[in-house]
Amino acid sequence: MIAVSATAIGIPFNIPLAKLTDWLPSGLPWIIIVVLVGAVTTFVATLGYDKVEKFSTIAAPWMILVFLAAAIAVLPELGVKNWGDFFQVAQDKIWTGKPLDGQSKFTFWHILFFAWFCNMAMHIGMADLSILRYAKKWTAGFASAGGMYVGHYIAWLASGILYALFLQQSNENLEFAPGPVAYSAAGITGALCVIIAGWTTANPTIYRAGLALQAIMPKAKTWKITLIVGSITTLAACFPALVMQLLDFVALYGLILMPMGAIIFIDYWLFPRIGLQSNLAAVKNLTFNVAALITWLGSLLACYLIAKTTGLEIFFLGLPGWFLAALIYISSSYAYQKKWSK
Amino acid sequence: MKILLKLVSIAGLILTILPSIGVFYEVISQEENKYFMLIGTLIWFGPKIIFKAK
Repeated sequence: MIAVSATAIGIPFNIPLAKLTDWLPSGLPWIIIVVLVGAVTTFVATLGYDKVEKFSTIAAPWMILVFLAAAIAVLPELGVKNWGDFFQVAQDKIWTGKPLDGQSKFTFWHILFFAWFCNMAMHIGMADLSILRYAKKWTAGFASAGGMYVGHYIAWLASGILYALFLQQSNENLEFAPGPVAYSAAGITGALCVIIAGWTTANPTIYRAGLALQAIMPKAKTWKITLIVGSITTLAACFPALVMQLLDFVALYGLILMPMGAIIFIDYWLFPRIGLQSNLAAVKNLTFNVAALITWLGSLLACYLIAKTTGLEIFFLGLPGWFLAALIYISSSYAYQKKWSK
Repeated sequence: MKILLKLVSIAGLILTILPSIGVFYEVISQEENKYFMLIGTLIWFGPKIIFKAK
């Protein structure tokens, strides 16, 4: 999201943007802008979560409306003159079902699965807990679902419309240009929306990654860890290879973390009900839980085999993988915990 | 005062979305819409930030 914000900040400077197929930064101006955005984002994250949370609360309803307004305003340019035209134009010009060269074709199921599972690491993998553990009420968890619905359905619908117009006007230009696209549809407000959307997404992600790392190094100061995480993220954002392959990248790291989410869920909610010990490592003062390792490696291996034999794309694997991880954790814990009950 | 600030900020939010419908029905131009959206944005954030700061 640092790179997304940078595309909007770069508008006045007319910097060359990376293309969908690029691997390396498009030039020094791009690197400078990404580093500046990354530095500001990381600096704010090191100050803590309070300020970001307050600003995000103000910005959220406005951002949704800017997305919607930008999409509605460009519909006539795509040929939608009344609401009755919408579905025909959507089929012919927006979601045509024809992928760009080198990109895989997305069906309804791709969108549905990707909308719910692209942030699998945060929600199903429970990385969200690094922030949600401070929640005052259990209902705070609904924020994840609300965010996904608004961000991954409504905003994606709007960006689909905006990008269709961009492709039409730019003769299938492969440039990665969320900032210029939003600017052309909604002016300065659109560019501001892209900057704020990128910033308010990147900021808590850096902050919670810092908190999660601190669990491994409890003596290290939060701001130092956040600074390190922010620097790594900024460096990664300079390279289009990572940003352009975001779909595959988030699906992969989500899949890697997914078994941990299943382990936490089963350990906390199910184990007390089936006579198994929750938090075994903490209770028995262990540094290593073999059942968790078996679950992690076993479920990832199972997902790999499913993908290999059925040809399923990576972001379809999270759902069956979660249930497999749950089954492996229950069965391996039964065997592993016998040793401790003797 | 609080109620007034709330009403003003809600008006800002309405000004962000409503003109786009005007563009769709060809009542206003795309350029005018962009100005209205910017004014709506300033009206939404201004009172909210002042309100939060207090």
